[in-house]
Order: sequence, then structure tokens, then C-alpha cells
Amino acid sequence: MNLPYFPGCTLKTDARHFEDSAMKVMEKLGSPLVEMEDWICCGTVFSMTSDDLMLQLAAIRNLLRAERQNLNELVLLCSMCYNTLKRAHQFITEDEENLQKVNDLMYKEEVEYTGSVEVIHLLNVLKDRISFETIGEKVENSLKDLEIGAYYGCLLLRPEEMAIDTFEDPDIIEDLLSVAGAETIKFPYRLECCGAYQTVNNKDVTISRTYEILSSARKAGCQAVVTSCPLCAFNLDQRQKETAQEYPDFKKIPIFYFTELLALALGCGWDADWNQLHYVDPLPVLKERELI
Amino acid sequence: MPVLLNRKNIRNKLVKKIEEISDQDVFQCYQCGNCTSGCPVVDYMDIPPNQVMRLTQLGAAEKILKSETIWICATCLQCSSRCPKGIDVAKVMEAFRAINLRNRDGILKPDKSEIEDIDELPPIALVSVFRKITG
Repeated sequence: MNLPYFPGCTLKTDARHFEDSAMKVMEKLGSPLVEMEDWICCGTVFSMTSDDLMLQLAAIRNLLRAERQNLNELVLLCSMCYNTLKRAHQFITEDEENLQKVNDLMYKEEVEYTGSVEVIHLLNVLKDRISFETIGEKVENSLKDLEIGAYYGCLLLRPEEMAIDTFEDPDIIEDLLSVAGAETIKFPYRLECCGAYQTVNNKDVTISRTYEILSSARKAGCQAVVTSCPLCAFNLDQRQKETAQEYPDFKKIPIFYFTELLALALGCGWDADWNQLHYVDPLPVLKERELI
Repeated sequence: MPVLLNRKNIRNKLVKKIEEISDQDVFQCYQCGNCTSGCPVVDYMDIPPNQVMRLTQLGAAEKILKSETIWICATCLQCSSRCPKGIDVAKVMEAFRAINLRNRDGILKPDKSEIEDIDELPPIALVSVFRKITG
């Protein structure tokens, strides 16, 4: 069965390997992702103000377009898009007045939005619809006990109503990678913020976050860290360059999207085009375990 | 940080505005400090989150409007998820930012000369920073 999918801006640019690997994985699992038409930027961050509806419109316009294309759900890969679209959905479905006001603002649209489009993260699709057991049966290339730390960050888990799993002690990524043959390690900083957009004008903040988070993963024994967020991936991977300059004792560690390792495990292979999108070379650790 | 206490200042116009925009009752806070102890970027703040709440209660919200803190907060929601009184502290931070941004008083201009490595940054970083701190 095809799954309607919302990519978001960064999956078409810096995180192309996230989209590409997820597409391959879902093809292999028999539920291909089909990109919705006419999507626009979701706004990336949910507006926390209660009185400014304009800031909700980018996300809601996407939901409206999905509804007009007869889609009753959207599958998300990017943590930020997931959080923004899902909170926007909640914002208009929990209060009819909000829905009406938003529709009034979007008066140029041909039809009104009714609030019918559900927002779901790919990890929940893999767990609840396909099941980790089924995925385990399809593993062709076990991850051979590669020690992996799953970094959740903020937006897959907070606020609690948006959480893809237990918000204070999630297992979903660990359970997925375990059936793929990895040894997963819950490291202390796995739920902590990476500094997010502070990377633009307060680089020092993100560098110190990257140092704390990745050193904590290293100390716990991780050989690689996985994420589901292109902004976390940028801060944890690309910012390792500055982190290594700032902290002489820092040891670099490869960062993957969870779908890249899943693609490897399911026998979809490793695409050489993905290499250049990583800052820390992902190949040594994969070669050492004879995964490629 | 001396603050002149005056009954007239309690729930002043600015504080009422903060409560309205954030949809939170700042007087619920009883200063347990959970927000500050969980905040991953508190080292970079000039006023820690629990003091933001206390100063707002005391009517000294003007100080916070001009603080570094509100721009350092990246809305990770750790404070909100841990508040035993159920206050969405991140929404209070957002309300302070919003008041500045509505007065066109953000701290970053979307200008090439202001952003050092603009060509290397992913769209997700730029869009979010412009939405949060550019007025």
C-alpha cells in the first residue's frame, strides 16, 4: 500500500540521503512513500503564541492541500516538520473556532479545510503498521552488533502529546535498530537539545552542545549515532569540525539517519552519493564491521 | 539584580500581555527550579528560566524583554515538560520574543553579512532562525 509522504525543504537539499534511504527502505517493505503534490515549507517551528494565526498558516496550508488531494494522512521523516504539522493539526482540531479563523484567513483557497489529515512519523509506521518483527525477518545484512546510540533530540518527544513513544524514556529507535542486528546504547544526553537554530548566530552554543552530546555517546560506548532530524544532523555532524577545533580531547563520531542503516540492513545497499552529505566519514566504521 | 517591588507593578500591562500571548498563568510558578536545572543552554543565559518566571510575577518583565535569555532559548521544551505546575515555560519565553518581534526588534537581520556560513547552513536552520529571532 502506498503511503502519502511530506518531505520538507531539507530532505530535498542537505538531507537527500535521508529521503533516498527511506524511499528504498519503504519500497523494500512493500509500502512505498509517494510524495504529495504542491507541498510548501511547513514553517519548521511551531508558533507558541496563542494569538497569531498567521504563523500557523504554512503548516495548515499543507494539510489543506493534502486533504484536497484526497489524502487522509501524511507520513513524515523530518522531526521538525513532524512536530510543526502535527501541532498545527492539533491546534485546529481541538478548537473549532481556530479552524474557522484559519479558514477565514485562507479565503483565497477554493475549499475550506475540515481537519481530516492525520500526521504520522515514519517510525510509528514501521512499528505499528509494519511491525519490527516483520522488519527483523527481512534483514539480509545484519548490523553485526554495531554499537549505536539513538539521538532523539526534542521534537520527536516534546510536548508529550506529540511524542512518538514514551516521552521520557523512548525505545522506538533502539528497538528498530536491534531487530536490524545492532547493539543499541541508551546514552545520557540522547533526549537533550542540540541547540537547534542557534547554529546560525550563536555557533558557540551548538558547539558546546555537540561536544556534550557526542562525548556522552562515546563514553557510553557508541561507535555511531543516529537521528531523524536534519537540523540535529547538521549540528551533530557538520559542527564536529568546529567542535574538534574547540575541544582538543573531542573524538569524531559518524552520524547517520536511522533509515541509512536500515537500508543497509535490509539489503538495499549503501549509495556512494550519500558519502558527500556526511561530514564525518561514515565508511570506516561500516567497513570495519564489514557492512559494506 | 535589585528589583524595586511595588504593588502597582504586579500584573502590569506588560505582564498581562505576556499571559495573553502565552496563554499561561505565571503566578502558578512556586520556584522549584526544575526548569532551570533541566535547561541545556542555561549557561549562556543572563537570567535563568525560574528567575524569568519570578521577575514576571514581580512585575519586572521589562528586564526580561531586554535579556539575552529569551533569544538563547531554542524552544526545546524541556522546561515545559518538567514543570510540576504544568506551566508551559517555553510559551512564556516565546511571548517575550513575540513582543520584541512585533515591535520589529529582532536580533538577527536576514542579511548575508550577518550570517557567517550562510552557504553551508541547511534551509531548516535558516527558516527556523528567521521565524524565531528576526523581526
